Amino acid sequence: MLNPLVKQVDPNMYRYDEFDAQFVGERVEQFAGQVARRLSGELTEDQFKPLRLMNGLYLQLHAYMLRVAVPYGTLSSKQMRKLAHIARTYDKDFGHFTTRTNLQFNWIKLVDVPAILRELADVEMHCIQTSGNCVRNVTADQFAGATDEEIEDPRPLAEIIRQWSSLHPEFVFLARKFKIAVGATEKDRAALQYHDMAVQIVKNAQGRIGYKVMAGGGMGRTPYIAHVMSEFVEREDILAYLEAVLRVYNQDSRRDNIHKQRIKILINAIGPEEMRKRVAREFDEIKRAGTLQLPQDELDRITAYFAPPKFEASLPDTIPEAGKDFANWVKTNVSKHRAPGYAIATITLKTPGQVPGDATSAQMDVIADLMDQFSVGEVRVTHEQNLVLPHVRKKDLPAIYAKLKELDFAAPNAGLITDIIACPGLDYCDLANARSIPIAQSIAKKFENLDRQHQIGELKIKISGCINACGHHHAGHIGILGVDKKGVEFYQLVLGGSGAEDASIGDIMGPGFTEHEIADAVERVVNAYLKLRKDGERFLDTYRRLGMAPFKDAAYEKVAA
Amino acid sequence: MLTANRLRDGDVLYRKGSGWVLMLADAEVYPDQASADAALAAATVETVRNEIIAPYLFEVREVSGKIVPVKEREIIRAAGPTVHPHTGKQAGQINA
Repeated sequence: MLNPLVKQVDPNMYRYDEFDAQFVGERVEQFAGQVARRLSGELTEDQFKPLRLMNGLYLQLHAYMLRVAVPYGTLSSKQMRKLAHIARTYDKDFGHFTTRTNLQFNWIKLVDVPAILRELADVEMHCIQTSGNCVRNVTADQFAGATDEEIEDPRPLAEIIRQWSSLHPEFVFLARKFKIAVGATEKDRAALQYHDMAVQIVKNAQGRIGYKVMAGGGMGRTPYIAHVMSEFVEREDILAYLEAVLRVYNQDSRRDNIHKQRIKILINAIGPEEMRKRVAREFDEIKRAGTLQLPQDELDRITAYFAPPKFEASLPDTIPEAGKDFANWVKTNVSKHRAPGYAIATITLKTPGQVPGDATSAQMDVIADLMDQFSVGEVRVTHEQNLVLPHVRKKDLPAIYAKLKELDFAAPNAGLITDIIACPGLDYCDLANARSIPIAQSIAKKFENLDRQHQIGELKIKISGCINACGHHHAGHIGILGVDKKGVEFYQLVLGGSGAEDASIGDIMGPGFTEHEIADAVERVVNAYLKLRKDGERFLDTYRRLGMAPFKDAAYEKVAA
Repeated sequence: MLTANRLRDGDVLYRKGSGWVLMLADAEVYPDQASADAALAAATVETVRNEIIAPYLFEVREVSGKIVPVKEREIIRAAGPTVHPHTGKQAGQINA
């Protein structure tokens, strides 16, 4: 609900045109009809299941779960308030931000889904393609349009890809799901190399802007780092090139084995060179047909939606002093902005003890107020399950911090050991083998001391409750994988992964630990790192230098920790 | 024991006799595989009535006089998320 003291701000982001609004409206009514037919028995569950999945509706452990798309993680304050309203009205008063930058409601009733979808459509949101074997929600760097590191804002291209891939007739029934991310900086905050396909905006030697395209990355039971398909695709050719990759995947991927259906399996079976050849052949054909060029005026039209806000001139370019706690928060959670006097503020939904990614309706409402008061009505959802206020005046940071403290969202821990990614795990997920969230909570509590967190430095822990790896454990500096051993939860340690520009797949340490042992094992590994590291080394650097052995010895208590 | 979800709201159900109850403690324990299979077969046929979905069997054991699922998954499913004890059946939250 809108705070009467706050004026709602419309941020610069994509707005539905008449076609979009009609399309989403028709889809809502189509699915409302399908729900009615299911409830009346006209559709069987087998017939209904693929239809509900296409609309983001799962049946989970306790109830239906509805996954709402947040394209490239960008939300307006109006949308945030609507999500709060839905949580309050139709769910149990909270929602969960996911590693795909979406938002999930965990306690949805089937009979309420049509009403919820209508409410979402009112604020230009939907659940289309948040599930099923299609191109999923396109993600992007959460600092897009705000960081001075980027070549250009990646969101216009992400939006164009979203439009191109929404109900694309050729790619609605792929062999498996297909995830795309877009970035525009050398520093990778969007885990590009772990995606089915990723686009990095680059400049060539002549200074021309174009796109580096990668494909075949992924997590799950068979993790792979993406291969470069092309170092440089011209602007007008990008959709043709992406279509060529998807077409080769759609035609050549295996459909006979669910574990071998992702593009990563195809590329690693035929080899990246052969994949590049096949893509090049398709690309040439599409180019010859000349039907899929991206016109500059269309790129300009979409880009205009994302025009930078009017930054105030002559703002003080220093951050005010406001005490030690505030200074700590600034150290980890405030990043450099492109405009003088401005900053990017990360809100970690990870105060030790909290459920990573959860927010109550009251918290969402207050964040919406903060967005309007301090960040041109906009927030970004990150794949690390945090939120980002992209455009805040440095002089406003103490006021923002004070408000976040009231919300219990002021943990000064972005990028530190307590900023943990965790999938919903066995607390909610029908596929999970073990709980993730309580493990994240116990580790975060163990390392709650802020001085110790800073002493440890950058250390990314990522926890998945099953091999599907929604908690990105392969990409964790320390990854944790929950497994089921005869009905009991066990946790394997995986070390040395990275989802950043130095992407790597973590190595499995060995036999798992019980839920009561795992946090202590992590502590022993961290203590070993503190003993072994050289000056300036992150945990990941020390691991890469020394390998598994000393950490394994510490974890299994073969050496004194 | 036999469980399913209610179609209209997804709530977790447990089989008792020829009907369904909301709490595991009120549900029926099948003493052998044959009776469990028969209950599942009957429930599967009933899915055409469009009241319940996804029926399946799970194992339980007796602990200190109480019937408890063998697998952690079913313990959590019967109670609710361990991380939000104010939600789910453990908090008495049952859809009407």
